[in-house]
Amino acid sequence: MAELTVRDREGSPGKSAEPRTGAGAGLLRGIATKLGTALIVLFCVATVSFFLVRLSGDPVKLLLPPEATVEQEATLRASLGLDRPLLVQYLDYLAGLPKLDFGTSLFYDQPVAEVLFGRLPATLLLAGAAMVVCLLIAIPAGIIAALRRGRATDSGVMAGVLIGQSTPPFWVGILLILVFAVQFQVLPASGYGTFAHLILPAITLAVYSVAVIARLLRSSLIDVLGSDYIRTARAKGLGPRGVIVGHGLRNASLPVVTVIGLELGSLLGGAILTEQVFSWPGIGRLTVEAITNRDFPLVQASVLFFAAAFVVVNLLVDVSYTLLDPRVRLRS
Amino acid sequence: MTMTLAPRAGGARTGMLRAVLRNRLAAGALLVLLLMVLAAVLAPLIAPHDPNAQDLLARLRPPAWHAEGDASYLLGTDQLGRDLLSRMIYGARVSLLVGAAAALLAGTLGAIIGLVSGFLGGWLDRVLMRLADVQLAFPSILLALAIVGFVGSGLWTVVLVLGFTGWVAYARVVRSEVLSLRSREFVTEARAIGVRDRTIMRRHLLPNVLAPLATIATLHVAAAIVAEASLSFLGLGVPTDIVTWGGMLSDGQLYLGTAWWIAVFPGLALMLTSLSINVTGDALRDVADPKAYRR
Repeated sequence: MAELTVRDREGSPGKSAEPRTGAGAGLLRGIATKLGTALIVLFCVATVSFFLVRLSGDPVKLLLPPEATVEQEATLRASLGLDRPLLVQYLDYLAGLPKLDFGTSLFYDQPVAEVLFGRLPATLLLAGAAMVVCLLIAIPAGIIAALRRGRATDSGVMAGVLIGQSTPPFWVGILLILVFAVQFQVLPASGYGTFAHLILPAITLAVYSVAVIARLLRSSLIDVLGSDYIRTARAKGLGPRGVIVGHGLRNASLPVVTVIGLELGSLLGGAILTEQVFSWPGIGRLTVEAITNRDFPLVQASVLFFAAAFVVVNLLVDVSYTLLDPRVRLRS
Repeated sequence: MTMTLAPRAGGARTGMLRAVLRNRLAAGALLVLLLMVLAAVLAPLIAPHDPNAQDLLARLRPPAWHAEGDASYLLGTDQLGRDLLSRMIYGARVSLLVGAAAALLAGTLGAIIGLVSGFLGGWLDRVLMRLADVQLAFPSILLALAIVGFVGSGLWTVVLVLGFTGWVAYARVVRSEVLSLRSREFVTEARAIGVRDRTIMRRHLLPNVLAPLATIATLHVAAAIVAEASLSFLGLGVPTDIVTWGGMLSDGQLYLGTAWWIAVFPGLALMLTSLSINVTGDALRDVADPKAYRR
């Protein structure tokens, strides 16, 4: 019975008009097209970041003490390969990309890939923990608000959502430090290594996404709960929990899955500020440092990393959307 | 003849304002915003001190209601003995100015791109929408620094950066509206009688996308204010000799152990401003598109 009703959601009939037989091939072709677009986007980001970072100033001046002579500057510039024509540098950089060879960091004097991947676990840990915190709060909050729509609980959740969406994440971090590290001294204000170090940064990073996901889950559940098949399920005597779990959540999950994917991308971006507040040794802080140090190769690589993360997450969301809902076909 | 074909937007707009004001929360939010704007405009008249005047004998003074507080420094002082309240009042100028200017720039840019992309279509549409994808995937912080490095740091640099990174949402919404308007009679008939593309876009399409534009712009002002504060917090935004809430927060984080007020009050102002703008934006959206959002 449940299977009969699951796909009952109203949708535009045009979307499912595609013949069944071609669905598999269409899916593959759709994925191939999306992949091609993703590569073009990454190529553009790589190119723009290469030229943009070179507008920000001369790294040689930062690496040498102010009293360095012109000859010393020229020697360093030559040894870093920065004296070559811009086009040569650009082609060299592009040639290294497929091999994940991003050159040598000017500041750390190590291969950029090594520096970057050395910091990756810290950022992934932070973003992953934030996602867990986020789902643990957002899903119950969204469901409760939808069920108690218009009552005090709902208003409370929605007020929380509004405040969460309006508060600058780094200020949340500062407040958490103030309360838990300065006032009660129960959690460390900064650093990395133990579970206790993870708690405040993860909550800080999660706040905004909690608001986005709880709000969306609520409205999408309210949508679903008003539909005919939910009334049918209720009429045949299914309790509120059965209605929510068996019918409501399954159908409300589609837009939520999309946004969870997109939020994962924004969690990585938000990590830049959170890592700064908590001195978290991840890629976000590395990027800000690299920008102020004018460490060209490192900036280029970390920008590309963030762009790639964003693009890959979007791609996965598109594909999972198709797999979750057969009515949606990837458009080429 | 063409005048009567496009629905008029003017009457609807005053109706929208009245509907927003009927929402009590939104009316309160608008009041808060109005007070903020007044404080920003009248800053030299109402600020009790010069925001940059240092009183080294009164450094890190707590707020006035505190036992060690000083009545002349209502919200306390920072590490250089500067009056926090006065700095917050002057900081409101930067926040509101940057927020509004960035939203205006991004909105104009996005509206033009969306109109052209949706109405003309073809290869131009494909190129512009691909550009939007690149823009979304690009961390705007790098763009910020490159532009700061190129034209020098300053208030208008930040406005340019936030304006040029914020256009995508506007362009996408305007484009999708235009795609559905394009085949409506008032457009096809204007075309049939030989009205130029540019005129159709300006006279017939633009007035019809103003409501969604206003909604996005309102929400974008809040986002831009928070973004400016974030950039200034990282030291990549407005130069430090201009008072900003983000810059104050960055100072405040260094003194969390001794002087909580430096990091709490500017953040509170930031949150209150962004909250009031978001509430207003939500109300505006409910009014503009009651079907989709009144829940």
